Amino acid sequence: MKSTKDCNLSKSQISKMYQGMIKIRYFENKIVELYSSGKMPGIAHLYIGEEAVAVGVCANLTSRDFITSTHRGHGHVIAQGADLKKMMAEILGKKSGYCKGKGGSMHIIDMKKGILGANGIVAAGIPIATGAGYSSKFRGTDQVAVAFFGDAASNHGNFHESLNMAAAWKLPVIYVCENNLYGISVDIRKVTNTKNIANRACAYNIPGYVVDGNDVLNVYEVTKKAVERARNKMGPTLIECKTYRWKGHHLGDPGIIYRPEEERKAWMDKCPIKIFRERLLKDKVFTQDEIILFEKEVKEIIEEALDFAINSPFPGKEEAYEDVFMS
Amino acid sequence: MGTMKKITYAKAISEAIDEEMEIDKNVILMGEDVGIKGGNFGQAVGLYEKYGDWRVKDTPISENSFVGLCLGAALTGLRPIVEIMYSDFLTLAMDQIANQAAKIRYMSGGQAKVPLTICTTIGMGRSTAAQHSQSLQAIVAHIPGLKVVMPSSAGEAKGLLKTAIRDDNPVVFFEHRMEFNKEYEVPEGEFTIPFGKANVVREGKDVTIVATSSQVFNAMKASDELERENIHVEIIDPRTIVPLDKLTIIQSVKKTGRLIIIDEGYERCGVPAEIAMSLQKEIFYYLDSPIERITTANVPIPFSPVLEYEIMPDEKKIFKKVIKLLKG
Repeated sequence: MKSTKDCNLSKSQISKMYQGMIKIRYFENKIVELYSSGKMPGIAHLYIGEEAVAVGVCANLTSRDFITSTHRGHGHVIAQGADLKKMMAEILGKKSGYCKGKGGSMHIIDMKKGILGANGIVAAGIPIATGAGYSSKFRGTDQVAVAFFGDAASNHGNFHESLNMAAAWKLPVIYVCENNLYGISVDIRKVTNTKNIANRACAYNIPGYVVDGNDVLNVYEVTKKAVERARNKMGPTLIECKTYRWKGHHLGDPGIIYRPEEERKAWMDKCPIKIFRERLLKDKVFTQDEIILFEKEVKEIIEEALDFAINSPFPGKEEAYEDVFMS
Repeated sequence: MGTMKKITYAKAISEAIDEEMEIDKNVILMGEDVGIKGGNFGQAVGLYEKYGDWRVKDTPISENSFVGLCLGAALTGLRPIVEIMYSDFLTLAMDQIANQAAKIRYMSGGQAKVPLTICTTIGMGRSTAAQHSQSLQAIVAHIPGLKVVMPSSAGEAKGLLKTAIRDDNPVVFFEHRMEFNKEYEVPEGEFTIPFGKANVVREGKDVTIVATSSQVFNAMKASDELERENIHVEIIDPRTIVPLDKLTIIQSVKKTGRLIIIDEGYERCGVPAEIAMSLQKEIFYYLDSPIERITTANVPIPFSPVLEYEIMPDEKKIFKKVIKLLKG
């Protein structure tokens, strides 16, 4: 992994990144508990193992920027500053949730923070982020838009159509492909003849980078270049982050039959949180005690979010008919 | 009504867009051939020259993504009008229309505002066969979260389009292809027409005809003939299918006791079926005959004029249906 000394990051930025990563991990561990104990309606798609991507990318953004996310969206929205209480309440279908219990895990949206939505349709967020980029350029601001999506989405027309338009019109958009190798059970290598998805950037005459998606500092550094390029009105960038989801496609899918055991183990040994923590200790950015304190604090925040969600009421039945149209 | 002027339906649409672009600098127009060509049917002539490449944007052939792009722009401060050349092509953008634009307000618990107008065209009569002639309003009306507008004349199109652009919800606006070059009397100056308020085009006591889009004109031609038979038709143009002004139709049927609904979409699961069912309870005891509909047959639109005219609604079919209904 990159040394922290190679990156121009302050101690508080680094601490925010580490805390962001464990926040995602602990939040999702809590979701696994809720699901296993039957307290959560529906399902969720877990991001565990991919935390470095969301955190490394979003560390370059402000709350004035925009992101679009995916069905596997908890990590992106947490990294972009979503309120954990409102998230947890939404996932439990409560009125106090982000979407008043109408969206659930796959549709967390925070318009005030530029989070234009997790999304239940693969690749659907890509053109929406492209439009946010069009809007930024049109309005003459320096806001950028990030589209997160998986390897499977890179075979969808939306990916190609959007990159084409963004490149043609030099839109301030960063396309972040999280290549976790599998679209549900389908191995990307079996359905795609492109070794690196980032290579597809050359078809649209834009920069494309392959990044170790488990190395948060590497993700951060490469995204930084892309964000600068976008803010300087130079146009879009494609970044492919090689990573892995530890769990199945969604809660309830063990994710075992279609993936070799050795492959999973190898990736879990490369845990993005573990390698970042080791690096921070090695570089003496934080002491072991400080790390333990971070972990304790984040666990408390997750418990508070859960308490808030559990103690919140469900929406009234009449609310099913509200919010279809703006009056 | 104040002073009137004579302009084409295409010109009325370009005026509506032009006026709204003048008023609101965040209104943009995007789609295939809206730029230098001025729209495939001349409905955007002059806008590219006046507003430039960023506000009047020619797109690649990427319907789903440019509708999605306009949705993203709508969510972040712009007020886009996106043009889909034929309603047949709506199917290419259906994810962004039906799963995204229609749903994001609700899914977000009311956080998202989607000021997006999707303009498209419907209509047979020019031998353009099965993929350039469909009237797919029923598919759109089926999806919660979309408003559906079907203007008849040029003036209606202008007033309703201005309302659509100002609406903070996604609106799908169905223009009729056979109307673009026709001239109509349109009021001078600024005016809008509200959604959900039907227009009683002609009053009559014997039968109520609800006709959408250019079927209003077929109904008028038929009713001119029917006047000679001493049959007085009341014609209602609902203007918007979502929201639907049920009250105006109900009041009319209570007076006439008969209802025929005309729409150029396919018969099965079409707009007339929905209108009839949604009113049925309130008009049942006032009806002197079953509710009838005149639609396009449940077959793909054929090419040869002989075949095409066979399956589409026209004034003769309306005339015959009314005669049969009243005289058996």
